[in-house]
Amino acid sequence: MTRIKVENLKKYFYSGIFRKKMIKAVDGISFEIKEGKTLGLVGESGCGKTTVGRTILRLIEPTEGKIFFDGEDITSIDGRELKKMGKEMQVIFQNPDSSLNPRMRIYDSIAEPLRIHKICNKKDEKERIYELIETVNLNEELLFRYPHELSGGQIQRVVIARILSLNPKFIIADEPTSMLDVSVQAQILNLMKDLQEKYGISYLFISHDLEVVEWMSDEIAIMHKGKIVERK
Amino acid sequence: MNETWIALKELRENRMAAVGAVIIIFLVFVAFFAPFLAPHNPLEQNLEKRLLAPNSEYPFGTDELGRGIFSRLLYGTRISLEIGVIVVGITALLGTILGCISGYYGGIVDEIIMRSVDVVLAFPSIILALVIAGLLGPGVFNLILALAVTHWPGYTRLVRGMTLSVKEKEFVEAARALRASSFYIMRRHILPNCINPVIVLATLGIAHTIIFAAALSFLGLGIQPPTPEWGAMLKAGIPYLRSAPFLTFFPGIMIMITVLAFNFLGDGLRDTLDPRAKEMLMMRK
Repeated sequence: MTRIKVENLKKYFYSGIFRKKMIKAVDGISFEIKEGKTLGLVGESGCGKTTVGRTILRLIEPTEGKIFFDGEDITSIDGRELKKMGKEMQVIFQNPDSSLNPRMRIYDSIAEPLRIHKICNKKDEKERIYELIETVNLNEELLFRYPHELSGGQIQRVVIARILSLNPKFIIADEPTSMLDVSVQAQILNLMKDLQEKYGISYLFISHDLEVVEWMSDEIAIMHKGKIVERK
Repeated sequence: MNETWIALKELRENRMAAVGAVIIIFLVFVAFFAPFLAPHNPLEQNLEKRLLAPNSEYPFGTDELGRGIFSRLLYGTRISLEIGVIVVGITALLGTILGCISGYYGGIVDEIIMRSVDVVLAFPSIILALVIAGLLGPGVFNLILALAVTHWPGYTRLVRGMTLSVKEKEFVEAARALRASSFYIMRRHILPNCINPVIVLATLGIAHTIIFAAALSFLGLGIQPPTPEWGAMLKAGIPYLRSAPFLTFFPGIMIMITVLAFNFLGDGLRDTLDPRAKEMLMMRK
């Protein structure tokens, strides 16, 4: 079953006050990701791969094109429908130093999605959080620390635990391991694969590291200047 | 542990800030217990004992109407601190909210708020406060209003800048991907990360407000006699500058000590709470 489908996606940025300059960050991209599969999106920096992710998440609006989730057009939904999509579709960012609010304890960071979507009451919340922290192989002690007391790998695990709380069907991983040590990198990637098997999550795995992408992905698309130039 | 808390612990090692804090605690104590500490009623006139030099009954002497200057100064602490805290409370709250909205939404909202800031800042603040206080007439409420109108833009500019940088952080993007409301994101993610510099500015702001309030009262547009306010006491002492200098000397000293104490504390807080100031300090070392 097709989980996510992108058709002719375009995102242009305009800049300049006197002479309008147009940058074609994403210029007509199409792809499909099936249930439980991973598409690796590779490209040099500045080729628009991050913009693809942000556009699918609707953090920025596409200039043109359509995005389908489970066959449903989500290109222009808003309000309650968009909030519902927040549960289905999630994101892991690159930089562990700013992925978590430095003023929130880990516990509250993990609880945040549950609270925003009003998924469970206080008691169930606690149970769920302890369950999640175990799923990502972290020590319970960390729950009451602040992000600056954790390592990069630990933070990425917390980020994964936090979005798992919503049982998302599709995760956009935007260079999730590029700022980690190689050994830690492997652990996080393994964790992501395990979770994929267990919950049937689909990934859009964005990276500039071809080796990592090859290892993670079922399909690979290579981007250059806003276009997909090669598929494997 | 929470970052603010760690910074406050560091603060104890900063000698200047500690001195400031101790003086402020002392002044707050004085303000609270003024009725018990004051040897005389600050409003009771005794024309037979006017303009007495400091003596054992009147430690700081008496003024032109025979009121004890020492007692009046103690009560004056109350008024000055009250005005400082109220004005800073109002302006910091209002300025922070406006700055956050301005930085978060951008566009036309930002334009309207920031151009209002520019308008207020285009006037020399003492002139603007004078005009407002002059138009509204003297009195505590009008004084607070005049000070509040002139003092909010600093917080707005500060918080807007902070908001612009914090909202680009990944945890804010992540919250948006969770579809949290804008109000939620501002309250839980942006404001808590802007609060440190606001605390610094507010502390320095209290000092500034106190001296401003005294200046307006000195010019006759703030607190009116017979209320014992430091600025107003200075003004009343001017005709006796040669014959009885203690009338102006002691209120002046009180203003100076209070303002210095808040400035010391504010500078100390800046060193420990404000990350950019901290970096600059590191570079200097």
